[in-house]
Amino acid sequence: MIPAAVGYVRADSAEAAVAALGEHGDEAKLLAGGQSLIPLMRLRLARPSVLVDMGRAEDLRGISVDGDTVSIGALTSHSALEHSVELAAACPLLAHVASQVGDPAVRHRGTLGGSLAHADPASDLPAAVLALGGTLVATGPGGSREIAASDFFTGFLESALASDEVLTTVHLPVSTGGWAYQKFNRRAQDWAIVGVAVAEGGAGVSLVNMGSTPLRAAAVEAAVAGGAGASDAAAVAADGTEPPTDNNADGAYREHLVRVLTERALVAAGA
Amino acid sequence: MTITETPFAGGIVGEARLRKEDPALLTGEAKFIDDLDLPGALWVACVRSPHAHARINGVDTSEALAVDGVVAAYSGEDLADTWVAPLPCAWPVTDDMNNPAHFPVAQGKANYAGDIVAVVVATSRYAAADGLEGVVVDYEPLDAVVSIEDAESDRVVIHEDLGTNVSYEWPLIPDPEGVDAAFEAATHHITETYVHQRLIPAPMEPRGVAVVPAPHNGDMTLYSSTQIPHVLKVMAALTLGVPEQKLRVIAPSVGGGFGCKLNVYAEEILCMALAQRHGVPVRWTESRTEAAGSTIQGRAQRQTIELAADADGKLTAVRATLLADMGAYLQLVAPGVPLLGAFLYHGLYDVPLYSFTCKSVFTNLTPTDAYRGAGRPEATYAIERGMDALAVAVGVGADEIRSRNFIPTEKFPYDSPAGLVFDSGNYQPALDRAKELIGWDARMAEQAERRAAGSTTHLGIGISTYVEMCGLAPSRVLASLNYGAGGWESATVRVLPTCKVQVVTGATPHGQGHETCWSMIVADRLGVDPDDVEVLHSDTAISPLGMDTYGSRSLSVGGTAIWMATEKVVEKAATIAAHMLEANPEDLELTGGVFSVKGSPDAEVPLAGVAFAAFTAHDLPDGVEPNLQAQVTWDPPNFTFPFGAHIAVVEIDEVTGAVDLIDYAACDDCGNQINPMIVEGQIHGGIVQGVAQALWEEAVYDEDGQCRSANLADYLVPSAAECIDMKLDHTVTPSPTNPMGVKGIGEAGTIASTPAVMNAVVNALRPLGVTGMAMPASPMTVRRAIEAAGGGAS
Repeated sequence: MIPAAVGYVRADSAEAAVAALGEHGDEAKLLAGGQSLIPLMRLRLARPSVLVDMGRAEDLRGISVDGDTVSIGALTSHSALEHSVELAAACPLLAHVASQVGDPAVRHRGTLGGSLAHADPASDLPAAVLALGGTLVATGPGGSREIAASDFFTGFLESALASDEVLTTVHLPVSTGGWAYQKFNRRAQDWAIVGVAVAEGGAGVSLVNMGSTPLRAAAVEAAVAGGAGASDAAAVAADGTEPPTDNNADGAYREHLVRVLTERALVAAGA
Repeated sequence: MTITETPFAGGIVGEARLRKEDPALLTGEAKFIDDLDLPGALWVACVRSPHAHARINGVDTSEALAVDGVVAAYSGEDLADTWVAPLPCAWPVTDDMNNPAHFPVAQGKANYAGDIVAVVVATSRYAAADGLEGVVVDYEPLDAVVSIEDAESDRVVIHEDLGTNVSYEWPLIPDPEGVDAAFEAATHHITETYVHQRLIPAPMEPRGVAVVPAPHNGDMTLYSSTQIPHVLKVMAALTLGVPEQKLRVIAPSVGGGFGCKLNVYAEEILCMALAQRHGVPVRWTESRTEAAGSTIQGRAQRQTIELAADADGKLTAVRATLLADMGAYLQLVAPGVPLLGAFLYHGLYDVPLYSFTCKSVFTNLTPTDAYRGAGRPEATYAIERGMDALAVAVGVGADEIRSRNFIPTEKFPYDSPAGLVFDSGNYQPALDRAKELIGWDARMAEQAERRAAGSTTHLGIGISTYVEMCGLAPSRVLASLNYGAGGWESATVRVLPTCKVQVVTGATPHGQGHETCWSMIVADRLGVDPDDVEVLHSDTAISPLGMDTYGSRSLSVGGTAIWMATEKVVEKAATIAAHMLEANPEDLELTGGVFSVKGSPDAEVPLAGVAFAAFTAHDLPDGVEPNLQAQVTWDPPNFTFPFGAHIAVVEIDEVTGAVDLIDYAACDDCGNQINPMIVEGQIHGGIVQGVAQALWEEAVYDEDGQCRSANLADYLVPSAAECIDMKLDHTVTPSPTNPMGVKGIGEAGTIASTPAVMNAVVNALRPLGVTGMAMPASPMTVRRAIEAAGGGAS
C-alpha cells in the first residue's frame, strides 16, 4: 500500500494539462479526484512517472443549463451533481445516480470526468451518461473535439481519449422523462454487482458491470421502441453481454439479475 | 466497618456516563502506533510469499540492497541463528499435539500466501517498500492444501516432518455408551452440518510494531498494537532470549482487536531482533492489504451437530463433531479456540448426555486464532440452528422448542453434561422479553399473511438464545485444558495525598472503555468524582502484572480485582480514620467520600483527610504502613455465564435472493451493569459483527490458496449504512461467582446474532423447500438455494 515514487505537476487549466501531458508523454497520468488512480498507485498496479494534478482547474467545475442542453465541467464532483438543484430539475437521473456512488467521502472527491475517463464498467456514472445520450468534449494539442458517449468506452478501463487529451465537459440533453436507476449491491458503498439506468421511459437503457465496458442495452431500447412491455423488453437485457465473475456473482447470476433489474427499472420509469 | 449489602451504593455505577476515553480519540490526540515519533527509526518491510505453498530455493537480496535508503535485507537463513525458540503456541491442547516449527522468517518453505520469506530494512517506509521489489526469491510452487477436507486426507502433507496434516484430536465424551443409547432410543434424530467460513478480523487499526533499544544497558521497549502486552512480554523474552527484566512492552492506543491482537506475531519478534542487530529503533506498520493475509483469521470450521430428542422435542443427547482449520501454523492460542466452545454445544438446554470431538488440521492458508467469541459463536450457531431443525421435525415453534428445553431456573447452579457448573441462569424471561420487543405475534401473523398472499418478498423470523462462558478463566481449569498460563488479573488502587486516585489494571483496553468503567467502580465506592480516578494500563513498566483483555474477562476478572483492591483501601482508610476519630473501625461507614461514626453524625473525617494523614504518616495507628494503596490479584473460582435471547427479522426478495435485515431485538443478561451505555455499545457492535458473518463477510480463497478478498472492497465489512436500529433490553441475574455480580458482555452480540439471522433466513424460505443455507447468505447463494429447492420466481 505504499506507492512508488512519482513526479508531480499542477495544471490549473485544460490547456496546461494538455501541455504537461505532451511534455511528459505516455507515462504521465491526469489526477482529478484520485478515487480510482490513487488506490491503484498504492497497490503499485499503476505506476505513472508524473501526476498531472488538475484538482484546482476551477474553470472545469460547474453545472449549467442552456436551453435543451446541460453542460457539466469534467471536474464537477459527484457530490455537486447530487446536490445541484439545476441538475435535479434538468436531468434527475444523473443527479440520482451521482448520489449512489461510493460513500460521502468518495462523492466529495470523485469527479464526473474522472469517472468517465477511468471507464470502469462497474461505475455508476458512465452508465447514466450513456443512457442519457451524452456528448463528451475532449481537448488536445489540436483543439477540442466531441465524442458521443456511445463511442467513448472502448475497452476495459479504456476510452476514446488519446493519451494527450483531457476530458473537459460533458453535454447532456435535458431529460425529464421517466427515469430509473436500479443498483444492486450488498453494501451501500459498493460498486454495483449489476446496475441498470433507464432514461426517457426506456429510450435510453444502459447496464453496469455486465461486460468489459459500460454498456448500452440496444436490444432493450429497440424492444421498448417497438412497443414491447417492460417484461418482454427486459427479457433481452442480457443479450450480447459478457458479464464478469467475482466473489459476489458469476456470469449466469448477473444475467438473471440484469433481466430482473431492467424490468424493475423500466416499470419505475413508466415504460 | 460495615460493608453494605448491595455491591454498589455510591450512585455512580449504573449511570450511562460518557466515555472519558473519547475526547482524545475523537480529536486525534490519542497516539496510535503509527503516530509515534521515533527519530532515526529504520522501517521494516516484509517480503511475503505470493504462493500458498512453495519451496524456497534461494533468496537474492542484492538488488534490494542497491535501492536508495535500504540499509539491510535478510532471508530466513540469514536470521536463523537469531531465534532462541520458535514463535509460541501457548495452548498445546493434547500432549501429542503436532506443532510445526514456526519462525518469524520462513526457511526452506513458504506455507501460506503471506508467510514472510525475507525482510528489508530501510530509512523510510517508502524506501523499504521499494526495497521489497528488489528481493528475488526463487520459488518452486507446490500443490496447495486449501480445504479442510483435503487437509484431512493428507493428499499433500504440508509439514513433512510431522507426516500428517492433523494437529490434534480432542474428545469430550463423558459417557459414550449413554450417548449411543440415547440416539438409538430417540424419536427425533437431527443431523445438521454447518460451515463457518473464514473471517478476517479487520479492526479499524491494522497491526504495527516499534522497538526502541538501548544498546548499552540492554533495555528494550516494544511498542505493539496488541491486546496482550503482558503475555507478549513473557513470550517475547522466551522466543528471543531477551532478559525479561530488561523488556518493557507498551500497547499505545489500540484501534480494536476482536481477538486478532491476542497473539505473538512474527513481526513483533522480528522487529525486536532487528532493533538488537542494528542498535536503533525499528518499526513496521501493517497495511490493510497485508493484514488480510498476515493477521490471524477467525472461525474456519465444519461442524456436524446431532440432536436426540423424545416425541415432545425434549433433548436427550447432543453430539458435536468438528473439523477445524488451524491454517499453516499454530498461533498463540489457536488450538484452544474450538475448546472454548467445546463445553457449550448443548447451549442453554438441559441435556443429560453429551459428546464433543474436534479434529484440527493444517492448511496452506493464513493461521487462524481467536476472533470475537472464539469457539462460543461456533457452538451457539450449531445448537441454535439445530434447535430450529428440531422444532420443524417436532412440529412446534422455534420459541416453544427452546422453552421446553431450557435449563430450569431452579436447577442453578447447574452441573452441565460437559462438566461445567453454570453458576446462574434464568432463561425464559429473556426469551419472553425479546419476543415482546420484536412483536412476535404480530410478526408471525404478518408472515402468515404474506405466505397466504403468495408474496415473493418473504418474511423470516429467527431466534437465537445463547449462554457463554466468560471471565477467562480459573487458572486450575486452564491447567486442566493444558493452557500455558493462568487466568488471574491484577489491580492496584492508590489514593494519592490529594485524594485523587490512580488505578493500575492488568487489563488492556483497546476500545472497550475500561478507563471509564474502572473509574466508576472505584469512584462509586470511595465517593470521589470518577474524573478524579486515573486508570493506568497497557505498559508493563507501569502495570507489571496482568493477563490482558480477551474472552469477556476484563470486568469479571480484572474489574473484580479492582473492586477488591478498593475494599482493601477502604479497610485501611477506615483503620486510620478510626484512629483519627478515636472510634472503632467497625463503627465507621464511608458515604459520599466521608467516614462517619454510625449513630454519631458529628464524628466524621473526609477520605481526603485520611489520605493526607496516610501520606504524612505523622500519626498512624501502630502497625499501619503509610499511604493508601492496595494490590490484589484475583483468580476467579469459576467462569461466568451470560445469556440472552436475540430475534432477527429479515425480508428476502425471492427473485434476486437479496436478504434485508429489517428488525432486531435482543434481551441480554450480563448481570449487574457498570455503565449501561457501554453495555449497549458492546451489544450493538457485537450484533453487527455477527450479522456480518451471516450476510456479508467471507475470506474467499481460490483453489491455489490466494485470498480473493484482501481489501475492504472485496471483504464486506458492514458500514453504518447497513446497520439498523436494534431493540435492546436486559434482565439482571447477578453472577454469584464474583462480588460485583458481573459477567461480561464483549462477545454476546457476536455469539447470538449470526444464528438468529441465519435462522431467520431459513425460516423465510422454508415454504419454498429451502432447509439450509451457507454463510454468508449472499444474494447469489440465497437465489441458488431457492432454485435448487425447485422454486424461485424470475
